[in-house]
Amino acid sequence: MKKNIAQNLGFLSLFACMATTLLFLGLIIYFIAVRGFKVISWEFLTQVPRLNMTAGGVAPAIVGTMYLTLIAICFALPLGLACAIYLCEYSPKGFLGNIIRMSINNLAGVPSVVFGLFGFAVFVKFFKFGISMLSGGLSLGILVLPMIISASQEALMTVPVSIREASLALGATKWQTIKKIVLPAALPGVLTGVILSIGRVAGETAPILFTAAAFYMRGFPKSIFSEVLALPYHIYALMTEGTHPDKQTAIAYGCSLILLVLVLSVSSIAIFIRQRQRSIHG
Amino acid sequence: MDKFIRIKAEKINFYYGKTQALKNVSFDIYANQVTAIIGPSGCGKSTFIRIINRMHELIPNTRCEGKIIFDGEDICCDPAMDVVAVRRRIGMVFQKPNPFPKSIFENIAYGLKVNGIKDKHYIEEKVVDSLKKAALWDEVKERLHESALKLSGGQQQRLCIARALAVEPEVILFDEPCASLDPISTAKIEELILELKKEYTIIIVTHNMQQAARVSDRTAFFLLGEMIEMGDTQQIFTAPNDKRTEAYITGRFG
Repeated sequence: MKKNIAQNLGFLSLFACMATTLLFLGLIIYFIAVRGFKVISWEFLTQVPRLNMTAGGVAPAIVGTMYLTLIAICFALPLGLACAIYLCEYSPKGFLGNIIRMSINNLAGVPSVVFGLFGFAVFVKFFKFGISMLSGGLSLGILVLPMIISASQEALMTVPVSIREASLALGATKWQTIKKIVLPAALPGVLTGVILSIGRVAGETAPILFTAAAFYMRGFPKSIFSEVLALPYHIYALMTEGTHPDKQTAIAYGCSLILLVLVLSVSSIAIFIRQRQRSIHG
Repeated sequence: MDKFIRIKAEKINFYYGKTQALKNVSFDIYANQVTAIIGPSGCGKSTFIRIINRMHELIPNTRCEGKIIFDGEDICCDPAMDVVAVRRRIGMVFQKPNPFPKSIFENIAYGLKVNGIKDKHYIEEKVVDSLKKAALWDEVKERLHESALKLSGGQQQRLCIARALAVEPEVILFDEPCASLDPISTAKIEELILELKKEYTIIIVTHNMQQAARVSDRTAFFLLGEMIEMGDTQQIFTAPNDKRTEAYITGRFG
């Protein structure tokens, strides 16, 4: 009897923790949605900001965020995946390998503003890309590189030895085995890393602070070498530097809602692709 | 019977780190025969057949000495030897069915594709042919493009055999191929092995002594890394020369 009571209490407290988490999640979505919906209109989504960010839309910031995310992923995914393949399949397993792996894990812990400063020094100044979409995208890419590497590594390691052996026993080379057997089997895991990275990249402010983001722009970016508006930084600008806090706060909530929807929809698409992959390969 | 020696193992010593797993193992494998290797767990029988197609190289910290002569060449410990070519000619079927997470068709076509065959017509023919040889065709002909993972364990193992046959090896190594199968699937695989020996040289590692007795022409008994005795299966099972072989076969240990 006593045991049962203790067990029920245990379940209850676990349930309470879960409910609290859900409550916070619900509150966040509720507040952003209620306040954001007030300003969202077709104009808000398609027009450029006007009258010192108190009217018009935020289209350039939406487009800017998409571009930055695209550049970051295009840069980080091939590099990170190749790196993970090397670490998992080719690198020395002993001491040296451990050092490399540890360094990458540490890279993941570096504060994002440091990546911003690094991007400024390297991409903006050294490579002379200037304050541009390219510099910002690359900085964001480096920020998520460790995330993509560790997700890919984990995915590669879960591919069973048995099917690698099967491939080698048929006379396949190591590279053929990796390319045709290991990578396809690891793809769902790699995609998980990409999903997480997209969420992270789209929402980050610090790495684009000195590398890409414009405080205020009337038009759309013209090339990868122009400055951009991005949703997270735009929110920051609206909330801190505004001359009309009442109007601008509302717009900031609108931006937040768009950012939220943007990230969630990209994630859903990636999850959908991953499920399809799993059903074919699993 | 043709007594052509297909593979000749000479004084094989094998080490996992400092532990010696095989001690001075020498024996001949005749063409178009089934050679069974029996012995208790950890006696080195799986290690031995992995050496024959160089799969032991995948395990770090191992060392191998001795010679395995296949077609006049030593394929064992020469690092300059083309491993890929050896593995093409000496196929392997593993303990657990390990189909690729691809369609049934792709599982078999894979070995051909990695060996540079592009002719689609030839690949299709070969897939059908291999499935027929592995006695799986009738069960899967309607669903060649479904995932191989949907098949039952016994069907998966026959698919793995078909996959090995497709690249036209000369020797096929079976590493306890029925260890995870039910008796009906096991019977099918055994029947298949007997059929296959007409065209291939077969080495089978097994825990199951009845199985060795049923399918093999010659049997080798391994114990603690040594080959204790080798001879015609009938002689090994009825009149073994060594007391340890007799003890194992009559079930006193193992």
